[in-house]
Amino acid sequence: MKKNPLFVLFLIVLVAIIAAFFVYPKNFGANVMPWRLGLDLIGGSHLVYNVDLSKVSGSDQDSVLNGLRDVIERRVNLFGVSEPQVFVAKSGNDSNLVVELAGIKDTAQAIQQIGETPLLDFREVEQNSSTSSLQDGTSTEFVQTNLTGRYITSAQLTFNPNTQAPQVSISFNDEGGKIFEMMTEKNVGKPLAIFLDGSLVEMPTVQEKISGGQAVITGRFTLNDAKTLVERFNAGALPAPITLISQQTISPTLGSDSLKKAIIAGITGTLIVMLFMLAYYRFFGIFAVVALLLYVFLTLGVFKIIPITLSLAGLAGFILTIGMAVDANILIFERIKEELKKGFSRTSAIEEGFRRAWPSIRDSNTSTIITAIILYFFTSSFVQGFALTLLIGVLVSMFSAITTTRLLLKVFVKDEPKV
Amino acid sequence: MNQRSNNFDFHSHMNIIGRKNIFLGISAVFIAAAVLAIAVLGFRQGIDFAGGTLWQFSIAKNTPSADSLESFFSASGGKSVENLIGATVSYDEANNNFIARLPTVSEPAHQELADALKEKYPSLEEASFQSIGPSVSSGLRKNAITAIIFVILGISLYVAFAFRKVYQPVSSWVYGLITLLTLFHDVVIPAGLLALLGHYARIEIDSNFVVALLVVMGFSVHDTIVVFDRIRENLLLDRGKSVFAELVNRSINQTMARSINTSLTLIFVLLAIYFVGPASLHYFVLTLLVGVTTGVYSSIFVASPLLVLWHNRKK
Repeated sequence: MKKNPLFVLFLIVLVAIIAAFFVYPKNFGANVMPWRLGLDLIGGSHLVYNVDLSKVSGSDQDSVLNGLRDVIERRVNLFGVSEPQVFVAKSGNDSNLVVELAGIKDTAQAIQQIGETPLLDFREVEQNSSTSSLQDGTSTEFVQTNLTGRYITSAQLTFNPNTQAPQVSISFNDEGGKIFEMMTEKNVGKPLAIFLDGSLVEMPTVQEKISGGQAVITGRFTLNDAKTLVERFNAGALPAPITLISQQTISPTLGSDSLKKAIIAGITGTLIVMLFMLAYYRFFGIFAVVALLLYVFLTLGVFKIIPITLSLAGLAGFILTIGMAVDANILIFERIKEELKKGFSRTSAIEEGFRRAWPSIRDSNTSTIITAIILYFFTSSFVQGFALTLLIGVLVSMFSAITTTRLLLKVFVKDEPKV
Repeated sequence: MNQRSNNFDFHSHMNIIGRKNIFLGISAVFIAAAVLAIAVLGFRQGIDFAGGTLWQFSIAKNTPSADSLESFFSASGGKSVENLIGATVSYDEANNNFIARLPTVSEPAHQELADALKEKYPSLEEASFQSIGPSVSSGLRKNAITAIIFVILGISLYVAFAFRKVYQPVSSWVYGLITLLTLFHDVVIPAGLLALLGHYARIEIDSNFVVALLVVMGFSVHDTIVVFDRIRENLLLDRGKSVFAELVNRSINQTMARSINTSLTLIFVLLAIYFVGPASLHYFVLTLLVGVTTGVYSSIFVASPLLVLWHNRKK
């Protein structure tokens, strides 16, 4: 480092001080940018739904999944939780949809509403007997078609001009309109069945080919039924059926308790490490303590600015790196001790100590970096949080070891006058 | 075995190589116990890997016994509640929490059970509810296995890279092999402990357990590499003047302070999380603690003695 070490050190300390204010969860830090905390720290629900794509052709699967995600996102937005997360997660042949609701109060109701979203589909009717009465379902066969709720663009509450009964008008998109046109053309004079959530709503007889992608569901709705149905259609009908296969709900009380305990553990751990460094390395220990403080604030600053959603596992990973961050200092100090024993002056012992400790610092972190990267790419969200904080922590600690500690020693350690 | 090494001059150093048989013997006993525990008892798999439900709640007033809750679950049945036979309930006194481990429970069944419990114990508060279906758990299990394979692969490649140059008098692949043996040592012992805890305290292994073992692997390897690096450095400086065993002993002593101190700082923060941190990290941290402690021991008392053992055996 050719630049004035005092200046660079001043810069690092300044950045760390700003970071300290930035990461402090109250006042300035909270106003500029609040911390993003995981469900396990603020409470909430992590829901995993399996998507049944067996009735969707291979080429359409991606668009159906995206449509499904959008629909559920819209529904979930109605719950009023801040930043709900909805994403598709594929594992092997299974397609899953993950819904994360941070800070949700009533999970049971949320689950009900997500699942309740209407699943609409049209079915062709094949009647084997001569009776065509609606009640006589025994001889009626319903043939599933590919016209489903995924083609619906909007729904409206209308009233039957003759009976004034409430009914639901739906509009299909172009593709759906075409399918509907073909289907009605094929079935003129025959009934067409409309199914909602797997049960028959009505079975009107097709009078003529219907173009333009408009359909009306008359059913026997009460006004309220029709209204909710319209709301649900506008939020979107599910383009494919889903089933809840896993859920994880953590109460806000447990979450905040975990957060509090993790912070106390982090502070306790940091203090013990600092005391140890002072007790064992005495004068040099002071530098380790300062470097560790700078490390903590800088790393938290990096977490917040990326920003990383900090989960309990993530916090655990960070606390571990506090124990590892001083490793570099230990390696350097032990080397310096050896060089001093050989009779080097203090400044040249420091230079030599750094030079020879660096390969060990690099090597000792390599295996942890390998583990963290693999964990990040081959696991699911909870472990990923841990892997990410561990990785960032190790990288920042390597930076702080070769810059901060070195600068501190350069600026504050001078050769003793020769006696 | 060869006791020649006792005659060397070890200056003021600790004579580790001279007592290598004692140290290796201690390790052998622990390894045998751990392997036996894993083979005979196996692991108790958590809901992560086996599917099922973990339900945590507190009952402030008229706190019932865990047994009575257990029989409540086993006897329950209703509209949407399937058979809950095999339900276990444990009571965590420190946090006044009940933890019920049930087969996979659907959301309607969860509500029904919660309502029934609240009727019996109005002060019931749910802390957390996790239910994992079989397809998710098999995915998580697959993820864990993939991660284990890749970490072992990655670390082996790294070890091969670290020891890529040829060294005398022990060839470099021996260093690599011993590093991986030490890694096995450091992972098997905490794993054996968890198998024991699974049998005697119903502690289950989950994704966190696997993560802890993988992290231990990383630490173990670097601790061993540090000592071996010093041995190689001394071999280059020494140019065959010293006896190999003595040189190894000197190298261990030179790196001992840093080996112990770097692990000690990690152990300090782990102890902090273990004692004042959240309960859900308890066994994750315990696995790490045992693994890291074993790692310090093995890097000093196992890896290098094995190296000397190999060297002497050739003669």
